[in-house]
Amino acid sequence: MTAETTRAFEALQAQAQRLMSVFTQAGFEAVAPAVIQPAGVFLDCVGEALRARTYVFTDPDGTELCLRPDLTVPTCRLHLERSPDGGVPARYCYNGNAFRYQAAGTTRAHPREFRQAGIESFGDTDAAAAEAETLAVMVEALDAAGLDRRQLTMKFGDLELVAALLDALDLPPRWRQRLKDRFWQPDAFRAELKRLASDPGAQAQALPLSLRAALSASPADAEGVLEAHLANAGIEAFGARTLGEVARNAVATLEDVSARPLEPRIAELIESYVALRTPSSHAVAQVAKLAARARLDLTEPLAKFDTRLTRFKDRGLDLEAATFSGNFGRQLEYYTGFVFEVAAPGLPPTSPVAGGGRYDRLMRLAGCPRDVPAVGAAIHTERLLSVIEGRH
Amino acid sequence: MSDGKLVFAVPSKGRLMEQTTEILAARGLTLRKTGQARGYRAAFDELPDVEVALISASEIAALLKSGAVHFGVTGEDLVRETMADADNRVTLVAPLGFGHADVVVAVPDFWVDVRTMSDLDAIAGPFRAHHGRRLRVATKYVNLTRRFFASHGVTDYLVVESLGATEGTPASGAADLIVDITSTGETLRANGLRILDDGVILRSQANLVRSKVAASDAVTTALADKIASRFTRAI
Repeated sequence: MTAETTRAFEALQAQAQRLMSVFTQAGFEAVAPAVIQPAGVFLDCVGEALRARTYVFTDPDGTELCLRPDLTVPTCRLHLERSPDGGVPARYCYNGNAFRYQAAGTTRAHPREFRQAGIESFGDTDAAAAEAETLAVMVEALDAAGLDRRQLTMKFGDLELVAALLDALDLPPRWRQRLKDRFWQPDAFRAELKRLASDPGAQAQALPLSLRAALSASPADAEGVLEAHLANAGIEAFGARTLGEVARNAVATLEDVSARPLEPRIAELIESYVALRTPSSHAVAQVAKLAARARLDLTEPLAKFDTRLTRFKDRGLDLEAATFSGNFGRQLEYYTGFVFEVAAPGLPPTSPVAGGGRYDRLMRLAGCPRDVPAVGAAIHTERLLSVIEGRH
Repeated sequence: MSDGKLVFAVPSKGRLMEQTTEILAARGLTLRKTGQARGYRAAFDELPDVEVALISASEIAALLKSGAVHFGVTGEDLVRETMADADNRVTLVAPLGFGHADVVVAVPDFWVDVRTMSDLDAIAGPFRAHHGRRLRVATKYVNLTRRFFASHGVTDYLVVESLGATEGTPASGAADLIVDITSTGETLRANGLRILDDGVILRSQANLVRSKVAASDAVTTALADKIASRFTRAI
């Protein structure tokens, strides 16, 4: 699109006013974070996947900047400026443009410039209540804009539940961490599961044989052994990664050689969880059933999930319109707990009209000295308008 | 570049230009500079209708991509780096047997625990947890790097764009590992770096490349086919 017509511009403006008025009436303060952001913060927070879709440029001074690909990180930075230790709770709302490179070409549903209207809440003390409010305000806003709430369908996921599931399994901590690190990449996650179940020691083959023998003989002095090996081979160490890190990893990979492979039933359990699709009201029972079969205790995270659903009901949300997906939440690395997406009739499943979730670690990634509980969501306003005007 | 003419881009200086001139001659195209000695125009004695443009080697891929030139001699590495959808925009008519260079992933040699992309993936998470930042990969091949790392499921890293002396960035601390070209591996070794076992992204060499998007008519297409056939048939 080279330009939008006055009519389209005005229709979006009028819609934005309706959305913002719902947000502000719910107690969210309207803010306008900067469009141009330091590239580094985004890249550290969102990773290479979104970086590849972010317009990055260098200003005449040589500073690397970017056009914001979303408004959540800019809002975090705005909040950080007001509350450097993240200690002051705050609730913000915004309507503004975001920019994303579309590798497959730009379309109406996937433009490179679009406007997001959203809310972000920092420092909540009652997680379930804050999540229920976020979802309720989103639905309220969509409804106020003209998209009947009875037409909406929702998808829920819970990254905390995934973490709890992995925590409950009887696994070496290192394997657990590797699975958690890879959850974002479905293919790599599956490959890792397969590797742990078949040949967990494969990585040790990286090590030279002489070093393997020396490390196995005196694992307590791994760093010393490695240093002697490198001196002997005339190899120098440099850079941020230390000899200690290399030595520790080398020892850990050797431990994997003698470790018992991941039991097939555990790999199956994880796969079954990821494949789970169920009406949200059945999610707790379904996950509990999986856990019971594997004799795992997920009482606490499931109770949290149940409380959340109760809060949703208290806010008048229709849970029959919501599906739970064990796989959902794998797109953006910064989410840490509850995640959701709202779909509208007529839009393809890859083009939700709104989405959001909990991101308790993002403030720290943006430079805050500690984690700050946070939850937020945003509406893709062009998509919303296209649904309402029946042209998509 | 003038309207209606078939444009052939040749590297404008150095060893690449010499080797291109030799291979053109072997295929029956004698390159002759026109204008002053330092001019950037040339012609083929045998095909006077072709406009030959002498262009900096690094720019030829972009001109093929935009269709400003019909043919160009350039490295496959630059073609793949400049065009995400190279196969839609250009045809690699024929490899020319010079300008060999591999685009590779190289890590500090003392990372004895990292031999493969999978090993690299395994240390990326712990590195981030320990240092509070992602592994940094210095390269001028930003797009090739992203595609290759994604195809190996490695995402926990940052690309640092480097426009020169990439091989020195791990030692200087500007990056942790690199993606760069190498022909003998000597420069990498001298900088304490080692190529990963499965870390060869592309084995590149100079190619005759034909643009699919350059403006053409029946006459230029016939002429272009004639030029291409000189390179695809055996001598």
